[in-house]
Amino acid sequence: MPTLRQLIRQQRGADTLDLVADVLVIGGGPAACWAAIAATEAGARVVVVDKGYLGTSGATAPSNTGTWFVAPGAGREAAIERRQQLNGGLAVPRWVDRTLDMAWRRLHTLAEWGYKFPNDDSGKPYLTNLRGPDYMAFMRRRLSRAGIAILDHHPALELLRESGVIAGAAGIDRQRNRPWRVRAGAVVLATGGCAFGERMLGATGLTGDGYLMAAEAGATMSGMEFSAQYACAPKQTSLNKGVPFVWASYYREDGTRLDTVNKERYVVVARALLEGPVWAQFDRGIPELTPWLRQGQPNCFLPHDRAGVDPFTQRFPVVLRCEGTVRGVGGIKLMADDCSTGIPGLYAAGDAASRERLTGAITGGGGPNSSWAIASGNWAGLAAAQFAAREVGAIGDRKVTAIGGAGLRPAVAARQDANAADVLQTVRDEFLPLERNFFRREATLRQSLERLDRTWCEVRDHLPGEGIDAVKSREAASLTATSRWAYASALARAESRGMQRRLDLPAADPAFMCRFETSGLDHIQVTRSDVMDTAVA
Amino acid sequence: MIEIVSNDRCIACDICVRVCPANVFDPVRKKPPRIARQTDCQTCFLCEIYCPTDALYVAPCAEGPTGITEAQVEAAGFFGSYSRALGWQRGKPDGSDKDPTYNIRTAPR
Repeated sequence: MPTLRQLIRQQRGADTLDLVADVLVIGGGPAACWAAIAATEAGARVVVVDKGYLGTSGATAPSNTGTWFVAPGAGREAAIERRQQLNGGLAVPRWVDRTLDMAWRRLHTLAEWGYKFPNDDSGKPYLTNLRGPDYMAFMRRRLSRAGIAILDHHPALELLRESGVIAGAAGIDRQRNRPWRVRAGAVVLATGGCAFGERMLGATGLTGDGYLMAAEAGATMSGMEFSAQYACAPKQTSLNKGVPFVWASYYREDGTRLDTVNKERYVVVARALLEGPVWAQFDRGIPELTPWLRQGQPNCFLPHDRAGVDPFTQRFPVVLRCEGTVRGVGGIKLMADDCSTGIPGLYAAGDAASRERLTGAITGGGGPNSSWAIASGNWAGLAAAQFAAREVGAIGDRKVTAIGGAGLRPAVAARQDANAADVLQTVRDEFLPLERNFFRREATLRQSLERLDRTWCEVRDHLPGEGIDAVKSREAASLTATSRWAYASALARAESRGMQRRLDLPAADPAFMCRFETSGLDHIQVTRSDVMDTAVA
Repeated sequence: MIEIVSNDRCIACDICVRVCPANVFDPVRKKPPRIARQTDCQTCFLCEIYCPTDALYVAPCAEGPTGITEAQVEAAGFFGSYSRALGWQRGKPDGSDKDPTYNIRTAPR
């Protein structure tokens, strides 16, 4: 039997690419890579399709990320307990423990495979950090060596279904303008979070595509109100990297320093930004820190070096960039330990999945999300391979139906004045501003939702999605759907908790020690569920 | 955003066409690639480090082109500066074992 890679070569000149695999992984970040590896280890033939390039796609590749790396034992219990004090009570210790467990094991695997970790001062490999470009380039080589077929620049546009079971996906090769279809025994969505059109590192592909595809199949989102994570960046830049800002002081235009002592510093910065420009300077660290930061986080200094500013001795203007559900929490609700979504044949991993059980109401940015990508990728990949192996009959004989709607197949009639760029701008206008999303109020949430609902109807009824243009149209549809789920659940959570900051309801309310699940496309339903849910293996 | 593909440095290998996650480049036969979709650039600087000849320059402004020229970038020594800081060699990963970030994570706050 020819390998998948041989089949891809054979079809090079064909009008469409048509493949059959056991498992299809959609995405190109760490969760996608780990899912592909785990599925392959379980004996599956795996295809990975990515919108961009597996190695540079996603939020990890351009970053230098910590991992949440804690040895088993009493120390781990204490670490879980410490975070439980911060996360608004919405995490589930058993899930935190199993995430840490899988990350612990797989980071050791990464060292065994030869990823070049640095040694710490005691000469031991330091596994608590992964340098994004190197990590993702390394993972790509591992996938290639394992015989996994990687299709870059092959955005998935919609899922395929047969008799209620997800049976693959279809999309377009955006560099050759050629449709592709992969029929598969199971699909893993590892498409990342949603950055709502923000201009920042890694966000270009993070438009919520996986959420929309899952919702069209009938899946539910959870924790979407926790989508108001923001990070500091030098003004006009893409560098939403928080590490150097740990040692920053912040100043108003008149030079007075913002008081951030014992306060959530980004809340202080956000309030000041609503009144006028804010400047920062990395002036609070010990002298040794300067070379460590420069060598360890070099991309953070590109804007300063290229502008001729020394950020350790000179002030520079800053903004807050919206990190949506990337460093936020919400995503596809997982129904069980195996990352299943409740839709047969469909699994979710990484930021495409809700991380509430791991991080509760606060950000998992950095270490927790990085360990989650490893853990959930491994669970989802294994489960997808096992599901595919249980399927009866040849996958290639299936009569599949494509189930994509908005942005692909206008419900009424394509209208040329409906365009994806306008939709993107609407989502940016409603979701990025501090006064709408960082600080929320019932009145502004309702106002934004009304506009986004109208936009959704336009997209669904009239936005054309032909050929290459379908990529941007589907992104527009995904962004619109995701912003509506986020604001609908933000309204339902009539309190402040973690990153949900309601100016009209500033306190946490014990009555809201619960989750909010959102589902539906035209009519969004928000329902409550228990924190200690019954997700079982 | 991506602003410069240096004609002098580029060897037309088209690696940047493959690796750009935002698909901003179009290949041109036997010539340097064209920046075809500049505003799609997410200013991640990764094309710079994958370029084997340090022929690309991404200006840190993510919101629009700045108009910087190749001569200015050359004079300032900015070509390949991110690669050198990481320790990447001719477009290939290297240097992650010398990352001092572990010191940062334990530094006094």
